[in-house]
Amino acid sequence: MAFGVLGAVATIAQMALLSKVVDRVFLDGESLGQVGTLLLLLLGAIVLRSGLLWLREISAQRGAIYVKSELRKQLFTHLMHLGPGYTKGERTGELVTTAVEGIERLDAYVGRYLPQMVLSALIPLLVAAYVLPFDWISAALLLVSAPAIPVLMVLVGSHAEKRMKRQWSSLSRMSAHFLDVLQGLSTIKAFGRGAAEREKVAKVSEDFRERTLEVLRYAFLSGFVLEFVATLSIALVAVALGVRLLIGSIAFAPAFLVLLLAPEFFRPLRELGVHRHTGMEGKAAAERIFEILDTPAPVSSGPAEVTSLGGRLEIELGDVEYTYPESGQPALSGINLTLPAGSCTALVGRSGAGKSTLVNLLMRFVDSEHGRISANGIPIADFPVEIWRENLALVPQRPYLFYGTVLENIRLARPEATREEVERAAELAGATEFIGRLPQGYDTGIGERGVRLSGGEAQRLAIARAFLKDAPMLIMDESTSSLDPESERLIGDALEVLMRDRTVLVIAHRLNTIYRADQIAVLDGGCLVETGTHAELIQSGGPYARLVDTYNRTPA
Amino acid sequence: MRVLLRLLGFLGVHRWQVALAVVLGVVMMASNLGLLSVAAYLIAASALQYGLSQLTLSMFLVQIFGISRAAFRYLERLISHNVTFKLLSSLRTWLYGRLEPLYPARLLEHRTGDLLSRIVKDVEELENIYLRAFSPVVVAVAISTLTCIVLYVFDPLLAFVTLGFLALSGVGVPLLVSVLARRLGRRELELRAELNVQIVDGIQGVQDLLALGQASGQQRKIEDLGHKLGRVQKRMASITGLHSTLNDLTMNLAMLAILFLAIPLVNEGGIPGVYLAFLALLVLGSFEAVQPLGTAFQFLGRSLHAGERLFEVSDAEPQVTYPYEPLPPPRSHTLEFDRVSFRYGEDEAPVLTDVSFKVEPGSRVAIVGPSGSGKSTIASLALRFWDPTDGEVRLGGYSLPGYAEEDLRNAIGVAAQDTHLFNQTLRDNLLLARPAASDSEVESAVEKARLGEFVSSLPRGLDTPLGEQGLRLSGGERQRVAVARALLRDAPVLILDEPTANLDPSTEHELLAAVYEQTPGRATLIITHRLVHMERMDEILVLEAGRIVERGTHQTLLDNNGSYKRMIDVQNQLLLATV
Repeated sequence: MAFGVLGAVATIAQMALLSKVVDRVFLDGESLGQVGTLLLLLLGAIVLRSGLLWLREISAQRGAIYVKSELRKQLFTHLMHLGPGYTKGERTGELVTTAVEGIERLDAYVGRYLPQMVLSALIPLLVAAYVLPFDWISAALLLVSAPAIPVLMVLVGSHAEKRMKRQWSSLSRMSAHFLDVLQGLSTIKAFGRGAAEREKVAKVSEDFRERTLEVLRYAFLSGFVLEFVATLSIALVAVALGVRLLIGSIAFAPAFLVLLLAPEFFRPLRELGVHRHTGMEGKAAAERIFEILDTPAPVSSGPAEVTSLGGRLEIELGDVEYTYPESGQPALSGINLTLPAGSCTALVGRSGAGKSTLVNLLMRFVDSEHGRISANGIPIADFPVEIWRENLALVPQRPYLFYGTVLENIRLARPEATREEVERAAELAGATEFIGRLPQGYDTGIGERGVRLSGGEAQRLAIARAFLKDAPMLIMDESTSSLDPESERLIGDALEVLMRDRTVLVIAHRLNTIYRADQIAVLDGGCLVETGTHAELIQSGGPYARLVDTYNRTPA
Repeated sequence: MRVLLRLLGFLGVHRWQVALAVVLGVVMMASNLGLLSVAAYLIAASALQYGLSQLTLSMFLVQIFGISRAAFRYLERLISHNVTFKLLSSLRTWLYGRLEPLYPARLLEHRTGDLLSRIVKDVEELENIYLRAFSPVVVAVAISTLTCIVLYVFDPLLAFVTLGFLALSGVGVPLLVSVLARRLGRRELELRAELNVQIVDGIQGVQDLLALGQASGQQRKIEDLGHKLGRVQKRMASITGLHSTLNDLTMNLAMLAILFLAIPLVNEGGIPGVYLAFLALLVLGSFEAVQPLGTAFQFLGRSLHAGERLFEVSDAEPQVTYPYEPLPPPRSHTLEFDRVSFRYGEDEAPVLTDVSFKVEPGSRVAIVGPSGSGKSTIASLALRFWDPTDGEVRLGGYSLPGYAEEDLRNAIGVAAQDTHLFNQTLRDNLLLARPAASDSEVESAVEKARLGEFVSSLPRGLDTPLGEQGLRLSGGERQRVAVARALLRDAPVLILDEPTANLDPSTEHELLAAVYEQTPGRATLIITHRLVHMERMDEILVLEAGRIVERGTHQTLLDNNGSYKRMIDVQNQLLLATV
């Protein structure tokens, strides 16, 4: 910013020298030799001005780079704190866009728009202050017309703002529509609607064009106002100067200097207009980023430095209740459940019954506000979150595979594991065979050149991670879709080994898993309605028996 | 160059508007040039105490230029944006027309799921070709020429020197900067791509990261990459900052050079002194036109890349073509696969091998098997999205390639597994299957597909918008919309691809019962991994790894005690109500 102001000073100096040179040559008939010193000074001013411009660019961009990198770090760290409860589902795409593109948009906002806002107030004042002593009439003319620019722009702007906002969304809808149509090509073709859809693409595009132009007319109007005031007042200054020269109330040199400075007076305002749109985009992105940063994290780290729990883990839930921030109804309430060490508990219930919420609480992706969860008698909230999670291995239904090799993906469970340990875990998970078929085995990059893993293969990698982590407790979300018989068998065998001697909580979808569980916990509407073994629950004829019954009545 | 010409070809249709916009752009630029230089002349002439009559013209011109710049700019922007949107509109329509016959064979060759969004982005990129690439170049050339002509009148040398500086600023500086930035720019792109991958991974995989205790590891990775990127961007900033700096420098040096050349001429009387200020400002002003060239070249480069990618896709020959002289529409509707084998590409593993079966009108055939066994490919072949690598698919006794596309589509109704719901109302989404259907027909299809309760729960019933801006449907709801579409279509051949995936058992049962009631006399092909109502099938084919490993009725297959029996057993293990 300081460079911007200094640059303006250099510009004034340059223009002053220029007007002097022209004055001496034109009116005094001086030769090149006589104005040589002035020309050299002029050269100096020019070089200085350019140098300052360069420094201004560099410092503006450096500032923007610093802000971006700092915000990116904070945003990502905070997203990690917010956890899967916040980032899941439909929000994922938007968050990715904000973290990737939103941050980049700040560039124009922080690097250009903000400094320009200040400069567009400072530089005109500087120019006017310089002109004022020797030509107060022109200075006054400029100073009177300049405020008209923001005032008129705001007037036009506020009138157009509402329409524009509506239109920007439909502007992006035009490409959204096109994408929609392209993604639906197979449906369109299957129903023989190709030709009709083509007309529609044309019609929608045409509609959007008309409506967009309607609004752009307003947007351009504010640009028109800016240009109009700026050029017209330059013209007025010029004509007024001409008249005053004729009547002899001003000399040529100052008059010419004022004419040279008049465009400089308006330049920062014009540049502000150029950056306005990108600036607005950046502002919107910044607002969204701060909104995310202001969302409170659902988990606070424990105070006590409890580090080890020993080999076996017994979990006790007492009166646990949890309500998601955006919903009014508790997702879980009054949960009392013990998971004895080394036992397997099957969690059963319809979708929305609160099964995932229970897992989120145990994993401490969220913390319950009522009730307590303890491990071997110690409240889990007393542990630092990371330490607590070291005790748990999670096998989700759809594990996420990261950019990187198969080896790296398994090793995430324990970064210091040797290659042999990773391979051993993969073997236990029944993954050796398909990994062997990949082009570079363990070193095959996932997602590269069409290497895609099937659901069953991805699951086996998740199981391998769990083996490698070797935590005392295992939480698992069983697959609902049927895989090929080979995968089914391999996964079944691997899980049996994995579950042995661990405290296991499994969101169960399969009867044989449920049969084998030491206890079944049935959730309904956020409440624990039944616990017991399969035989006990069938006999009591409660909700579990009805669930199983619905299934059995279905004709095969 | 060919790509550029083809892209400009799209502008050709609107050539008069393009010409008008360019002319307005030139006039707008010239107005500013004129305003400052004529004003300089005016002041100089006034200083010489010229008579008022001699000054009237220049005063008048100054006023005109003062107003015209803003006005022409306004008009220019309106017209150029109008042209741009027209261009986009015709591009989209053209591209859609090209892509439709290519689907799916040629489009899926690229196999990247984001090909479609890539295409949309490329089209958007072309938005810039007129506004930010074509127009600035033409305007820059016109203004440079104009300036040089004026200067030439005073002295040819002035014109050539100025031209040199203009070229330096418009072409030399951008070239220099791009050469300097090339290596760093590539590094920046790489780093940014890597960073983006890590951010996306981090957000999408947050659950696994936290569970594995690797969140801080990922944070560190992102921070490191961010620092690396920051360092590269900082170095980049001093190079890109050079762009505007050098432009500014050339502009002022040009002015200085003109003074240097013109002062002796003024001294000698070759140029009247009154024009000295005019010349200085004329030269300064002319640079406004060449300064956008740097970005124009960048946009041009990007547009050309986008155009190249688009043409690459659009120039592909459709894999499936329809005959010029098609057979008459099929009279009978037996769907028959005769020793059909299929692979997606030359060097890829076969998806189907030697598959033969026949679905007669009035009969039901089920294809069952684990996911990935090639079931859905059978539906794609029946719809002629692809042609088999070996063997024939026949309808009414004739091979499918003999029929016109329209006749084929009319004969087959499909409830696809990946049915697409458009950003329209539910009603429009259903009417897609048969635009002429009456309200009562739509409602009856909704009822049969067991969507009635769902529809009445919607705020605006059938007229509730779906998709991006509207309601999101669950998997089971989508599937039922697909079935409703197929029922509304009411074609002689009905293909149901996983019609009951994601449904609870009682809804599944009701839906299938309703569908079978509606379909007497139709040839029905059901593709499913859910073994429900199998006793109502005339034939069941068990597909494994693209081959039919077992076939027969429900009972014979149970007795066989093979793959089918195993699948039934696995299914019996599922406590479906928990889904």
